[in-house]
Amino acid sequence: MADAGMLRFHVPEPEVRPGGTPDFSNVTVPKAGSVPRPEIDVDPRTIRDLAFSIIRVLNRNGEAVGPWAGLLSDDELLAGLRHMMTLRTFDARMQMAQRQGKTSFYMQHLGEEAVSCAFRKALSPGDMNFPTYRQAGLLIADGYPMVTMMNQIYSNEADPLKGRQLPIMYSSKEHGFFSISGNLATQYIQAVGWAMASAISNDSRIAAGWIGDGSTAESDFHSALVFASTYKAPVVLNVVNNQWAISTFQGIARGGSGTFAARGLGFGIPSLRVDGNDYLAVHAVAKWAAERARSNLGPTLVEYVTYRAGAHSSSDDPSAYRPKTESDAWPLGDPIVRLKNHLIRLGVWSDERHAQAEAEILDTVIAAQKEAESHGTLHAGGKPSTRDMFEGLYAEMPPHLRRQRQQAGV
Amino acid sequence: MPRRTMIEAIRDAMDVSMGRDDKVVVFGEDVGFFGGVFRCTQGLQAKYGKSRCFDAPINESGIVGSAIGMAAYGLKPCVEIQFADYMYPAYDQLTQEAARLRYRSNGDFTCPIVVRMPTGGGIFGGQTHSQSPEALFTHVSGLKTVVPSNPHDAKGLLIAAIEDPDPVIFLEPKRLYNGPFDGHHDRPVTPWSKHELGEVADGHYTVPLGKAAIRRTGSAITVLAYGTMVYVAQAAVEETGIDAEIIDLRTLLPLDLDTIVASVKKTGRCVIVHEATLTSGFGAELSALVQENCFYHLEAPVARVAGWDTPYPHAQEWDYFPGPARVGRALLETMEA
Repeated sequence: MADAGMLRFHVPEPEVRPGGTPDFSNVTVPKAGSVPRPEIDVDPRTIRDLAFSIIRVLNRNGEAVGPWAGLLSDDELLAGLRHMMTLRTFDARMQMAQRQGKTSFYMQHLGEEAVSCAFRKALSPGDMNFPTYRQAGLLIADGYPMVTMMNQIYSNEADPLKGRQLPIMYSSKEHGFFSISGNLATQYIQAVGWAMASAISNDSRIAAGWIGDGSTAESDFHSALVFASTYKAPVVLNVVNNQWAISTFQGIARGGSGTFAARGLGFGIPSLRVDGNDYLAVHAVAKWAAERARSNLGPTLVEYVTYRAGAHSSSDDPSAYRPKTESDAWPLGDPIVRLKNHLIRLGVWSDERHAQAEAEILDTVIAAQKEAESHGTLHAGGKPSTRDMFEGLYAEMPPHLRRQRQQAGV
Repeated sequence: MPRRTMIEAIRDAMDVSMGRDDKVVVFGEDVGFFGGVFRCTQGLQAKYGKSRCFDAPINESGIVGSAIGMAAYGLKPCVEIQFADYMYPAYDQLTQEAARLRYRSNGDFTCPIVVRMPTGGGIFGGQTHSQSPEALFTHVSGLKTVVPSNPHDAKGLLIAAIEDPDPVIFLEPKRLYNGPFDGHHDRPVTPWSKHELGEVADGHYTVPLGKAAIRRTGSAITVLAYGTMVYVAQAAVEETGIDAEIIDLRTLLPLDLDTIVASVKKTGRCVIVHEATLTSGFGAELSALVQENCFYHLEAPVARVAGWDTPYPHAQEWDYFPGPARVGRALLETMEA
C-alpha cells in the first residue's frame, strides 16, 4: 500500500562528500563500440535508448572500435592531441597568471578538453557556436591566436573587446564563436535563432548551442528545445555534463529524469549521450549531429558525459564540497591520456614524442604570454582607455552619453 | 493622403520594410496566419510567406532570444510581444543580451531587433493587460525606447526602428490603436479617419528616433507627455484655457533634451504626464533633467501626474488613469505656484 503518512520533502544529495571515498558505481559505462550508429535520417522514436547509454570509441587498450570509429586520419588525431595539450597548457599558464594578479579571474577546462576541441573539427567554416565559458577549445582548435585570447584575459591595450568583458568571455565571429555572455543559458535559444535565420535564408551553415548540466534547469533551455523542435532548426544542442555546477552536483538540475539527454525525447529531438573524454567519440557524434542539421533533418541533443577535474573558476575551492580524489576515480579517464595511448597504439606517437611536444607547446604558450604581457596586464602596463568605456554601446553615440563622457573628462 | 488607423499604419510600416529588405522577418504569438490579436500583422504571412512572418510558441524569452540569434546572423527581426505586461520573461534577453551585444563584443556582433508591444490601459485590461513598463527599458544602457502617439508617427518611427542598427523597444499605446483618446471615456470615440495625424503617406518614410514633436505651441507652461497622455494633456489644456506648450516626446531614449530645455526656459513651468506608476517612473528622470538644465528659469516646482503606485486595477480603471481632470489640476496648481 502507498505511504499516505506525513509528507516528506526531498532534496537529492551526491553519493559522497569531502572525507568520503569517491564512488562512481552508479555511472554505468558501456563497452566501447557497443552502441550502434544509426543512419542520420533515423526515426527519432527508434533510438530513444541512445539517450540512456554512452557512445564510446576508445577502449581500455587504446583501440578505436565499433561503428562510430574510423572517421579521423592519423594526422587529424595528432592535431587533436596537440589542440588538447595546448588548451591544458594555456589553462595552466593563465591560471597561474591569475594567481600572480595579472588578471582578476580565470576558468580552466581540466578534464574536459576533448569536448570543445573535437567538436570544432566536426563543423564547417561559417558555422556558429554559441559557447559557454568552458569551450575555449573551439578557438584553439580553429587556430585563433593565443596572444589575442591572452590580451582579452589581461584586459590590456590590445584586448579586442576593449576591456569591457570579464576574462575568457571571448568573441570571434570570424572563428564561429559567439560573444560569451556570462549569464547562463541565454545563448542556447540564441543559437536556435541563428539556425532558424540560416534556414530562413536558405543558407547551408548550421549553429551549435552549448550549455552545462546545471544550466539546463534554466527556462531558456526549455525555450531552445521548443523552438528547435517546432521549427526543425539546423542546430546541434550540446549539454556538457561535467557533474558539477560550482558546488551543486548534477542531480539538483537533473531531478528525476534519467539523463540530461533524455530531456530531448519529449520534444522528439534525437538525443544521444557520448563519452566526453573520448576525442574520437565526441567528434563522431558531433559529425553525425552536424550532418543531420545540414540535411534539413533538424536539431540533435548531445550530452557529453565528462568530469570537471579542476575548480569551477579561480574563485572556487572544490575541496569544500567533493572528495579531493574524486577526479582520479572518474571512470572515463583523462581525454589527453586516452588519445595519447591510442596514437601510441597506432604506432604514430610515443612517450618521448609526447614529452617533446609538451615542451614545444609550453614554449609556444610562454612566447604568446610574453607578447601579450608586452601589451599590459590588468593592473600594469597598457590598458584600454576610459574613452573606450563610452564607445560602442550604440552604433552612434546618443547625446546623453556624449555629455557623460565630457563630464568624465575624456 | 490616405487615412489609416494606428494598427494599419504599424502594419504598413512592416509591409513597407519587408518589401524593401528581405532580411526583415516578423514573428510572435498569433502573429502569422491570424495576424496578431490586435491585427497589426494581418496579411503579412500571405504576402511574404511563412519564412518571413510566422507564429511563435507562447514563450517571450524564446521570441526575443531567437530574434537576438537571428540578428547576430544578419537578419532584422521585428517581433511582437502580445502585451507589454508579458515581456518580463524576455527581460533577461532584452537587458543583458540584446542591449549589450554590440558593446561586449566590441562590434563583432550586433543586435538590430525591434520588439513591439502594446502598452498602457484604458481598455479594461486589468493588471496584466494595461502596464506601461517604459522606465524599465530606459533604465537599461544599450536599448532605445519609442512611444508613438499617432498613425503618422507610428509608421515613420517603426520604419526608422527597423532600419536602426541597434535594439529598439517599440511601445504601442493600445488605447490609441483605433483613435485618439483624451481620457473622456464616457464620450464617443473619435476615429483616426477624423484626425489630421491619421494621414499616413503610402510607401517609405521615416520619423527619426530621438526627435520630439511640439503638438501645441504656448508660452505659459510646458507639458511633457508621450503616447495616450498627449491627448489627455491637450484636453486638459483646452478645458483650463491655459496657454501651454505640449511636447510629444515620441522617443524616450535617446531623449530630445534640446527641445524640452528650450521650451521650459521659455515658459518657466513644467508638468510631466505619464500613465505608468509614479515612483521611479520616466517622469522622475524628466523632472531631474528639467531641474538640472532649467533651474534658474523655473517659476514653480516641476509637477508630475502619473498612474498611482498600485497595480493597474480593473473596476477602478478611471480612478487610476491620469485623466484630464487630474492633469488640469496640476496645470492650474503649477500656474499658481
